[in-house]
Amino acid sequence: MVNLLAVPPGAGILPRSAGGVALTEVVVDIALSVMPFAGQHDAVAAALRDQIGVGLPLANRWVGRGEARVQWFGHGTWLVTGAVALEGLAAVTDQSDAWGVVRVAGAGVEDVLARLVPMDLRLARFDVGAAARTMLGHMSVAVARVDTQAFDVMVMRSMAATLVHDLDGAMRGVAARGSNF
Amino acid sequence: MRINCPNCGTRDRREFYYQGDALALDRPAPDAGPLVWDDYLHNRKNPAGETRDLWFHEAGCGAWLVVERNTLTHAIHSATLAETAIR
Repeated sequence: MVNLLAVPPGAGILPRSAGGVALTEVVVDIALSVMPFAGQHDAVAAALRDQIGVGLPLANRWVGRGEARVQWFGHGTWLVTGAVALEGLAAVTDQSDAWGVVRVAGAGVEDVLARLVPMDLRLARFDVGAAARTMLGHMSVAVARVDTQAFDVMVMRSMAATLVHDLDGAMRGVAARGSNF
Repeated sequence: MRINCPNCGTRDRREFYYQGDALALDRPAPDAGPLVWDDYLHNRKNPAGETRDLWFHEAGCGAWLVVERNTLTHAIHSATLAETAIR
């Protein structure tokens, strides 16, 4: 049996840093999109709690326990990073290897993302546990705040290099401006 | 221009795709006849003023919205999920 070499989306382009903000890759082994069938929202939440310890968060939120995370991912959709079985309860699509996740962290991370994301990501409006579907540059992304100065940004795998390129430019731009703005 | 998505909150226009008159939600019966179907498929008013249109939150939550707005003042009166707006 041949074991193929797994190459994560950020291989060769991450990690990197500039001006106190660092980009690192979050390797996601399992990613499932979960769309509960009509009337099955509560049953799906209960099944997830049984299997991975967390249920379905509200829209624009994520919850996690250990490696497993459930993140609101759009209208009637959640992304589950963990192995679950929801037959008869939800439309489940295996999206493992389809997404790249970049953790953007450090002092000034909000200034970096403010250059690229057209929504208010400051802590008062987007706290730890918040998640959103929005844009970064011209790309459709999912953003989650994982700590007071750390965000996870998800893009389709094919966009990973563009994401890193855009973030790198914004990081160097913020670093060049210093703290006087 | 900003649209208040029922799922995501107020978002920039660039996240949305414009589809057209929300008349598309009022699908005629299969046997309504060629005139009604011709009207449904092809004929649209082009009002200066109040409109009721379908928008797609393409770079956001992926929901279809019915947006009521005024093309003269650019005021946006409401945005509701299309799935709940079907009459």
